[in-house]
Amino acid sequence: MTEAAPKTEASGRRLNMIEAINEALHVMMARDPDVVVFGEDVGYFGGVFRATVGLQKAFGKHRVFDTPINECGIIGAAVGMGAYGLRPVPEIQFADYIYPGLDQLISEAARLRYRSAGEFIAPITVRSPFGGGIFGGQTHSQSPEALFTHVAGLKTVIPCTPYDAKGLLISAIEDDDPVIFFEPKRIYNGPFSGYYDKPVEPWARHEGSEVPEGYYTVPLGKARIVQEGEAMSVIAYGTMIHVAQAVCREKGIDAEIIDLRTLVPLDIDTVEKSVKKTGKCLIIHEATRTGGFGGELSALVQERCFYHLEAPIERVTGFDTPYPHSLEWAYFPGPVRIGEAVDRLMKA
Amino acid sequence: MAQGPDPASGARGNLPPLSLHVPEPNFRPGDPVDYSFLDIPPAGALPRPDETCPATETAPLCSGMVRVLGDDHLATGPWDPKLDPETLRRMLRAMALTRAFDDRMYRGQRQGKTSFYMKCTGEEATSIASTFAIAADDMVFPSYRQQGVLIARGYPLVEMINQIYSNKADKLKGRQLPIMYSCRDHNFFTISGNLATQYPQAVGWAMASAIKGDSRIATAWVGEGSSAEGDFHAAMTFAAVYNAPCVLNVVNNQWAISSFSGFAGAERSTFANRAVGYGIAGIRVDGNDALAVYAATRWAANRARANGGPTLIEHFTYRAEGHSTSDDPSAYRSAQERDEWPLGDPIMRLKRHLIALGEWSVEQHRAMDAELVDLVKAATKEAEKNGILGHGLHHPFHTMFEDVYKELPWHLEEQAEQAIRERQIKWPEWKPE
Repeated sequence: MTEAAPKTEASGRRLNMIEAINEALHVMMARDPDVVVFGEDVGYFGGVFRATVGLQKAFGKHRVFDTPINECGIIGAAVGMGAYGLRPVPEIQFADYIYPGLDQLISEAARLRYRSAGEFIAPITVRSPFGGGIFGGQTHSQSPEALFTHVAGLKTVIPCTPYDAKGLLISAIEDDDPVIFFEPKRIYNGPFSGYYDKPVEPWARHEGSEVPEGYYTVPLGKARIVQEGEAMSVIAYGTMIHVAQAVCREKGIDAEIIDLRTLVPLDIDTVEKSVKKTGKCLIIHEATRTGGFGGELSALVQERCFYHLEAPIERVTGFDTPYPHSLEWAYFPGPVRIGEAVDRLMKA
Repeated sequence: MAQGPDPASGARGNLPPLSLHVPEPNFRPGDPVDYSFLDIPPAGALPRPDETCPATETAPLCSGMVRVLGDDHLATGPWDPKLDPETLRRMLRAMALTRAFDDRMYRGQRQGKTSFYMKCTGEEATSIASTFAIAADDMVFPSYRQQGVLIARGYPLVEMINQIYSNKADKLKGRQLPIMYSCRDHNFFTISGNLATQYPQAVGWAMASAIKGDSRIATAWVGEGSSAEGDFHAAMTFAAVYNAPCVLNVVNNQWAISSFSGFAGAERSTFANRAVGYGIAGIRVDGNDALAVYAATRWAANRARANGGPTLIEHFTYRAEGHSTSDDPSAYRSAQERDEWPLGDPIMRLKRHLIALGEWSVEQHRAMDAELVDLVKAATKEAEKNGILGHGLHHPFHTMFEDVYKELPWHLEEQAEQAIRERQIKWPEWKPE
């Protein structure tokens, strides 16, 4: 897989996000014989998004295998394997399919350590592609991260570059707590400006695609300042980082853009410091609005930065509807919706 | 003749209206009980196929019932495990100890020493004989009525009571509802209050054991009521697909709180018959016959250990008491059910078997019962030194926030400070432990 990585004009090794994830899995399976990978179509075929290509050949079908179409069984078996001492990395083919596994995640994986006072743990990393922008319709486009950030005992991680995807996934696999690792599938193959009508950019021209070989980690719970700025703080994660960057570039706004990378545990210090500096806060996510993680962020910023705020906190999100198929781009919080919020903040 | 709708003309036909079948148990409070409708084969009637047989050969065992102890109190037929008298006496003692423990804990709850308790009266053979038939390092994924497993494995009663009292010595730090034990060093998985979740977990554990080339197997427990959960079927599918080395037990005690087994499908089929559809081995066993439970479990464990795959065992038994201390069964079932139960009481049956063998006596049994009452009483006194529920002797306050994650994140640290502040406002003299 890595041999096929695009090599372009830039220096360094360039990978797209799928290749980076695949490489993280290769690295961890080679380092730790207790790591096992399983899920629907992940074995011989290598996954519908190709994230597990080559793993079964390299590590054998006892450690990389296909599963029945049963997310409850996939997560439930992972919990049992974790109790045995393995370090399972199950894939849920689409985040939209994760719901049959929720009881096993919420009542079991997230609670084992607490209810057994540390006798049993669930060192599981559930990988799952999420988000829209690929004409997946309402059952292949959802962003259900807020369901998981609401659960005590789960960690929720979302990368926005190939470099982070590899380093965060390695950290997630090594973590002794259950981690929901949502992969923004729209940016598997290239960063996305939000202009769906423009040609797709490849990762090779993005600095985030420089991925070192072998083992390295990006710590969980640590946000990244994507760009420093003074005009406002933009807090986002996943695909929306790239859209926010494009909008601010286009409007010539000197925004500070923060990629959360981990929603729980949240790097509140980086957020707080930035908002206190800029006095303005724009929160963006693709997920539906009501009860979304943006509401939590907004409350935290208000609690901690109220007297530094020069304008109401802006929240740009998907609409509170299922993700429509034909009107996908009307749903997506793209440059127009973000641009309006940016303008309001700049006028304030 | 009745006619259905005619697609061509659109005529509705003249069929009577559809009607929904809602299962109804045979007996309600006050009803006389007659169990003659139950088909109970005599002891020794069913064949015992080889442990490596194709799963299909067990089909007759799924609809029949493996029984060893006959009306003459002697063991008979191919399933007789031929246990030595010493093992039988140890099994009897574990069953009697479990019953004595249940009685004491039940009274403790009524005396306000804890919030909740669940007895397993009448079902002691299922968990205890099964535990005798597996290795001490086989992993058990229990439901909530398998205290017999812990007692059979020699887990200290004091530890169990500490957990029931949620006191300062409770190894689970007072976090779990009473009886939701977790005992890793006794290979007993943490009990969930969510039903049947342990089933796919047991299969996953068994898969891991097979992945690692281990020799240990997993056993899982579920009630017939919660065999209706999706998790049960997820587990059956995974167990069948990966030929997982596990023994999947369904305790059919006829009642799920107030819902009789018909609400889990018992009017249509036995629970063991679920195995047939999944293509795995299955056995329906007289759950009040300790020898039959032992023999069936031994068969299944040997099969699993020999890479023969999973077995589903239905233990046909009767929940002799309420679901829990929060339940009053006289509100929904006939009190006669327990008295008339045709498979008797598991402790009495094993006792009579040992007496029939000349290896036990009424006097010995009486003496044992008295000794066990004292044993439980002593353990209770010992545990009470560590406190009872609601009397302050709980774990340090901060432990409430620990073990949510391996490390305490900032937001839980903040919330812990809040909780401690609230306590200091309410009790100014209180100091964080």
